[in-house]
Amino acid sequence: MWSFFHKLGSPPWLYRISGSILRWLLPLTLIALCAGAVWGLFYTAPDFRQGNSYRIIYIHVPAAVVALAGYYVMAIAGAVSLIWKMKMADVAMKACAPVGAALTFIALVTGAIWGKPTWGTWWVWDARITSMLILLFLYLGVIALYEAFDNKEAAGKACAVLTLVGTVNIPIIYKSVDWWYSLHQPASIKFTGESSIDPSMLYPLLLMIGSFYALFTCALLMNMRLEILRRESRTGWVRKLVGA
Amino acid sequence: MSAPGTLAFSGRLLRRQLVLALRRPVDIGNPLLFFAMVVVLFPLGLGPVPAALASFAPGILWIIALLANLLTADNLFRGDFEDGSLEQLLLSPQPLYISVLAYVLAQWLVTGLLLALVSPLFAVMLGLAGAAIPVLIASLLLGTAVLSLVGGIGAALTVGLNRGGMLIALLILPFYMPVLIFGSAAVQAVVSGMPAAPHLAILGAMLCLALALAPLAIGAALRISVDA
Amino acid sequence: MYFDSLHAALAMEGHGPFVWAAYAITAVVLLTLLLSPVLRSRRLRRDLAGEIRRRETAAGEGRHASGT
Repeated sequence: MWSFFHKLGSPPWLYRISGSILRWLLPLTLIALCAGAVWGLFYTAPDFRQGNSYRIIYIHVPAAVVALAGYYVMAIAGAVSLIWKMKMADVAMKACAPVGAALTFIALVTGAIWGKPTWGTWWVWDARITSMLILLFLYLGVIALYEAFDNKEAAGKACAVLTLVGTVNIPIIYKSVDWWYSLHQPASIKFTGESSIDPSMLYPLLLMIGSFYALFTCALLMNMRLEILRRESRTGWVRKLVGA
Repeated sequence: MSAPGTLAFSGRLLRRQLVLALRRPVDIGNPLLFFAMVVVLFPLGLGPVPAALASFAPGILWIIALLANLLTADNLFRGDFEDGSLEQLLLSPQPLYISVLAYVLAQWLVTGLLLALVSPLFAVMLGLAGAAIPVLIASLLLGTAVLSLVGGIGAALTVGLNRGGMLIALLILPFYMPVLIFGSAAVQAVVSGMPAAPHLAILGAMLCLALALAPLAIGAALRISVDA
Repeated sequence: MYFDSLHAALAMEGHGPFVWAAYAITAVVLLTLLLSPVLRSRRLRRDLAGEIRRRETAAGEGRHASGT
């Protein structure tokens, strides 16, 4: 157990093992993504209320779910790097931010496009959309803070503190935005409530959620490998790797 | 000479911060002036119709108070960071938690408290119902304290950076949003004839949470900024 | 397959443009997300290799110069 933990802190080991993981995980992820998209787009019946526009759910919901989970991954990595001073956790935290921001962006854009045929408008100040927008701001804040520091070690620590503050705040933000929305909910827009989803629609959705998690892992590992190379560029193993 | 006790030390720190602030009364007046000027912008931008202004007044007043607080947050540690006294504070045996609270309390006394006290003037100018004014003051008193604590985290994270001003806004505005929601909702509740106590209670709960956790984050962030 | 023809699948009873736009934007963002670290690490490796080669030739010249 401890030897695994020590290996996890070793850049050459992590670089090698992430490379061999990516070799099978990345193709698998792309296949699963395409399969899920084709299943959702062509092989499911349309929703009886929203028609075919509901097919956006197969990218909107997975992107939103993984974007939110990504913030917690980032916070855990930040906590590990602060508490155990583990360099690779710092690398993981830095690699999370752009991936999470991209997924949040996807969730927002697909939500807006979905809104047009469903509610007749591109943007609604709905609780979930507003929370996603705030989540995007949180991700961009972490990236902005990291880029503002010249000393990258201090940048990592500062971002770790910021993500931990964000972790405490996210439930508060979500609850208060939820509450704010229930107070101001306009009567003209009716939302589908907690309706049960048919299994024939649920399975492709679950496949897509799983694929998005795998995709997050792939993008995270790839960004980590880039960052490891950048940080270790003066060491012998990178010189051997590059020179070969 | 023996080292002063924790309370005596933080008392001195608080007095020092207040004396420093009072020596430059313009710096105390600036957020209030900012408050007054932005209040003028809203009738100019939205039109002078009293009914419309009155219905937006809770939100307007709260947003301006939030922005005024944001503008002062950047200066919380900057002076002491530049002259090195912050480093002395980190090296001293005093618990950082209490010292940081003294800093934030001093900042709140010269911004949040004063903003809350002058807010009735602008509330009347915007046509807010008279019954809502006590709740406006109460919500601002509680809410600006939370804002000062959260703003302190952003200030501590960016104090070592030259271009802190815009960055601090990007970092902490998302954390300001729950306070804005419940602060303006409290005032709005009174205007529409509902009890404001639940909203004030939630603001109080936020204040308790911020009091417990924010000084820890500020302390950690200060150590990082000073070490860098 | 739910749709009768490819044309019906593209039109999706009027919702086609929205659905296809959402999927297209997602595909573009995801491809960028996956390709940018590949391209950037390739460039980084090339730069590092060039740097090492330059240093080696410089070191070789240095040895040569000291030998004469």
